[in-house]
Amino acid sequence: MTVLTSTKPITDCSSDAMLPNWAEIVKIEQEAPGVNTYWLTLTDPEVRKDYSFLPGQFNLLTIPGYGEAAISISSDPKDTEAIGHTIRLTGNVTKAIDRIGVGGKIGLRGPFGSAWPLEQLKGRDIYIAAGGIGLPPLRPALYQIMENRGDFGKVVVIYGARTPEDLQFKDEYDSWEEKGIEMMVCVDSCGDDWTGLVGVVPMLFYSLRIDRKKGALLTCGPEIMIHFAAYEAIARRIPRDRIFVSLEKNMKCGFGSCGHCQLGPYFVCKDGPVFSYEQIGPYLEVEDF
Amino acid sequence: MPKKPPDIGATIVISKPELDTILKTLSSQEYQLEGPQVKDFTVILGPIEKLADLPKGVTSQEEPGKYTLSSNGKENYFDVTSGPQSWKKYFFPPKSQLMVFQQENGKSTDWVIKGTEDETPSYALIGVRPCDLAGIQIQDKIFLEGERCDPIYRERREKALIIAANCSEPCETCFCTSMGTGPKAEFGYDLALTELKDHFLIEIRSDKGQKALVGLDYDSATENYLHEAKTVLDKAVEKIKLNLPDPEKLAVELLDNLDHPQWDDVAARCLSCGSCTQVCPTCFCWDTTDKTLLPGNTIIRERSWDSCFNPDYSYVSHGNTRPNTRARYRQWLTHKFASWYEQNGTPGCVGCGRCITWCPGEINHLEEIAAIREGELS
Repeated sequence: MTVLTSTKPITDCSSDAMLPNWAEIVKIEQEAPGVNTYWLTLTDPEVRKDYSFLPGQFNLLTIPGYGEAAISISSDPKDTEAIGHTIRLTGNVTKAIDRIGVGGKIGLRGPFGSAWPLEQLKGRDIYIAAGGIGLPPLRPALYQIMENRGDFGKVVVIYGARTPEDLQFKDEYDSWEEKGIEMMVCVDSCGDDWTGLVGVVPMLFYSLRIDRKKGALLTCGPEIMIHFAAYEAIARRIPRDRIFVSLEKNMKCGFGSCGHCQLGPYFVCKDGPVFSYEQIGPYLEVEDF
Repeated sequence: MPKKPPDIGATIVISKPELDTILKTLSSQEYQLEGPQVKDFTVILGPIEKLADLPKGVTSQEEPGKYTLSSNGKENYFDVTSGPQSWKKYFFPPKSQLMVFQQENGKSTDWVIKGTEDETPSYALIGVRPCDLAGIQIQDKIFLEGERCDPIYRERREKALIIAANCSEPCETCFCTSMGTGPKAEFGYDLALTELKDHFLIEIRSDKGQKALVGLDYDSATENYLHEAKTVLDKAVEKIKLNLPDPEKLAVELLDNLDHPQWDDVAARCLSCGSCTQVCPTCFCWDTTDKTLLPGNTIIRERSWDSCFNPDYSYVSHGNTRPNTRARYRQWLTHKFASWYEQNGTPGCVGCGRCITWCPGEINHLEEIAAIREGELS
């Protein structure tokens, strides 16, 4: 028989991983048209005290009757009193979250998934390439980098959005620059009042002088952008194990049981969403896999 | 004077009618007996009470997209191979209630969660085939040894008793010998039956199994019976015609050929109906749905089987990540025979052949694999 004897012990069953905790929406901030940050405070003080997350991780948010949606955390990991979720209002659940407004209660399970490996990138130059709604999952990493700015070399954020209005966290760019983050911001199209760059994120790599021995890339955004950002980094000889991508898949359970977010040997919800390009590149490069 | 029950590890023989004594004992131990039976021109799994409920003298003729039952005139209860249903429905029900949301204080956004109150029966599964036993062990890995253990699965699984039935009449779409899962059950059961001409040979594997034998009239298995059982199983091996050579090599071979033209070829014949995933004993994908009861203050969150052939399955905000049948079929086949190894250390296939028999597109998946292997891209 080649098949199977049980080798691993049965996993702890004492708590039901599908049961959400309740959280209250304490504040809503508009970041761009159709994109808001919802600040959630866990209702139970014990749960609140125990809650912590790493940059890059996500929560599953529940509105009874509408279902659940996987939303990455966009706030500072240091402060979990209120947890920020920056959401583009496109689906049933996200629109329902918006409708119930400040004071409303929603369910929260999490955090799930892997994190941006900042510890392992100490001493590196960090290039953060983000497109549109890809910036929120990177913002917690930015906060952690700023907190420990001395641990890293150059830190450059390359961020693109469709129009100047669509740029998220605009009010924060100045303070980020003050803390030693170099901002390169571009838009796909604009009016006459835009004096910044026009173009797409991967193009901006042409104006960078990347030290291949020190450089590392963290990227999140539309799949096509991730693809070309990684390609530009590889072309500049940043090794694949120093390129990290965060992927969007249909994540339903958060612990690799429901199957939806499978990509090759991985479940994006538990093995990702953050992967090194070394791991995930071969699968990412196959069309419709 | 009833005999003392045989020891765990022992092999005994009983006359065929004596199996009713075991079934009666199990009923008296509050087990709900479930076994194969003929219904709607197929063999399905459902509640049974006695030996006579089993499909006596029935065999199945199966080929891609075809399934016929006929009588073989024999007095055997376990000649017919697995029907469309696998035993996974007992541990991983097609639908189950995860939680109930109840509105509080009449406020539309204040909810409390109530646990579910479903009483889980203790199932005694009668006549589980060796391939299906392997399927149960594969699902154990997913639901019991995964990142989080599944409470619904665990309760049902731990309470259950399994009586395996070794295979004497494999059908045309069986390939358990390729996957190393049959036709003889080696482990993962409480009792295992081998059906002989006038007797059942019974191997006792567990405490639970031993307890089911109280008051049984049995003999210890002499050399003659052991020989008869061996002959039955040897003949079964000879009857298996389908062959999947070197399944362990597929982990590399399939993933190296994700752009093979055969994927387009099979996509033109695949209906993307998901039949293969519903009949599969290892497929574990599920989804949740919120069901709102009128007048809107009670919501039930249900879990139900899902399928990677569902268009919604891989839907994200920017669209569908597997937008066509080619992508979905490739996902299914590469998961079963390639990615599964890396995730669980085994293939996701046990060789039961259901996905071939129950494919309305008449696809023999082993032929697809052979075509990919033959014209390997490099």
